Amino acid sequence: MTTETVNADDVRHVADLARIDLEDAEIELFEEQFAEILEYFDSLDEVPAVDADEELVNVMRSDEPHESLSQATALKNAPETDDDYFKGPRVS
Amino acid sequence: MTQAARTRELIPVIGLEVHVQLETQTKIFCGCSTDTADADPNTHTCPVCLGLPGALPVLNEAAVEMAVKVGKALDAAIPEQTRFHRKNYFYPDLPKDFQITQYDNPICQDGELEITVEDSDRLIEIERAHLEEDPGSLKHAGGSIDQAEYTLVDYNRAGMPLMEIVTRPDFRGPEEVRAFLEKLTEVLEYLGVFDADRDGSLRVDANISMVSADAVAEDDSIAVATLEDTNRTEVKNISSHKGAQKALAYEITRQRNAIRRGRAVEQETRHWDESRGVTVSMRSKATEKDYRYFREADIPPLRVAGWKEQISIPELPDARRERFGTEFDLSDETASKLTATKAVADFYESLVGQFDPDFVATWTADVLLGELNYRDRSVESVDRKAFADLLELVATEAITEKNGAEVVLRSMLDDGAHPETIVEREGLGKTDADAVATAVATAIDNHPEAVADFHAGEDGALNYLVGQVMAETGGSADPQTVNQLLEEKLTS
Repeated sequence: MTTETVNADDVRHVADLARIDLEDAEIELFEEQFAEILEYFDSLDEVPAVDADEELVNVMRSDEPHESLSQATALKNAPETDDDYFKGPRVS
Repeated sequence: MTQAARTRELIPVIGLEVHVQLETQTKIFCGCSTDTADADPNTHTCPVCLGLPGALPVLNEAAVEMAVKVGKALDAAIPEQTRFHRKNYFYPDLPKDFQITQYDNPICQDGELEITVEDSDRLIEIERAHLEEDPGSLKHAGGSIDQAEYTLVDYNRAGMPLMEIVTRPDFRGPEEVRAFLEKLTEVLEYLGVFDADRDGSLRVDANISMVSADAVAEDDSIAVATLEDTNRTEVKNISSHKGAQKALAYEITRQRNAIRRGRAVEQETRHWDESRGVTVSMRSKATEKDYRYFREADIPPLRVAGWKEQISIPELPDARRERFGTEFDLSDETASKLTATKAVADFYESLVGQFDPDFVATWTADVLLGELNYRDRSVESVDRKAFADLLELVATEAITEKNGAEVVLRSMLDDGAHPETIVEREGLGKTDADAVATAVATAIDNHPEAVADFHAGEDGALNYLVGQVMAETGGSADPQTVNQLLEEKLTS
């Protein structure tokens, strides 16, 4: 059962980790939505127990090079690029 | 304790996180080639290492084998089962916004590595060593990280296989750290899992705090509670053995001065600025909890404890050094020089059967390595057969040692000519006895004043005459023989 509540500070902290700026109104909104999302997990308690699949182990591939994407293809879906590079925000 | 006494008796306590790149052909979770040295940006990527939706990472078996080798060499335990985790943080170098790494169950646990500093041995405990992927690399457009307007990202490096080796806080000074890094990279090169020459293949983070000398027990250990109560800094961005020593020496002085002035050492992350030779605060607040580690469900657990028995590793530097000492009767110093890299040791060992071991040792450790060092070249670039031919010429006294080292070897390294060719071209073949005798007679005839000086007991007269004979024979006569001949002639 979910007993912990989500408060405005939790929302701010998570937003901060995700580098997202939120307005006060959004914080209030997400506070409610976070709580709702966490409640969904309660429904897992109602799922009947089943036998777990046997766990896979040691799934590996041999060390053989495969062809990579071309630079043009790699960069194609990027919102912003600069010559050969993906372009991102400044970080500091 | 007074403040003065406290600062006087502060001892640095240092622990390391060493990231090394494993020498696989492909990245750790995809088949992109790791051969990116001269590649354009973003030409070695695929849906997996770009973190495109739905792409599934599959672990590279060679990276796991290498990790097991490292574990074996460090005398670490390989647990029955080990698994991967996601470490979450948002930064442009991480295309997926998480890094696949290992958390609570790393592949190597509780190892050790012995180092020697100023003739005393120290055992450094390895807490863990785990596998993880490298992030991409960033360029901060418009100068420094602080002033950049935007960031350029190259994901060629994203997904390169790394091993992070974490020591316990066992170091008591920068010299020990440097000795450890030298030893560690030596061992990794012996294992064939690491290339020190690859750009960025070694990256070091160091945790450092200062504790009172009283807190250090007889056996050099320090109580866990003391360490937990002491603020430490984490110094990042160290990329060489020398850099580590300099960064730590700086940080020790900085912390010592802060404490001396009655200021607290902040618990923080600091960035080593190699060009300015200082560490600067990074104002980073992320705590372990913020990384929200959780299991990587796309990669099933590993059960490779049994590989430790199956995979063999080569003789390691310490063992080889010891064997060279006893088998070839070499001094510790020479044996150390010859075993510092596997390539040099292999080179020496391939020649030692054909000549006197001591002779090959001198020519390899002193003469050849000196010339290579001067040219910034490695022993792999030397034609072993040609070098053996040169040794043959010297060993059979067909040429003098001096000519062999200063003319033939240098020319051989610089223009790739064969020793015999050089000897002929430069006319270095030892002059026959008649020619030397003639040159000796000529020198005596032509320099009566030097002969008179010799008889007057003047030092240097004989050397002067030897010089004349050597000049006459174009340096191809053996100076000792000339010396002997002259003395005989002059005193008879």
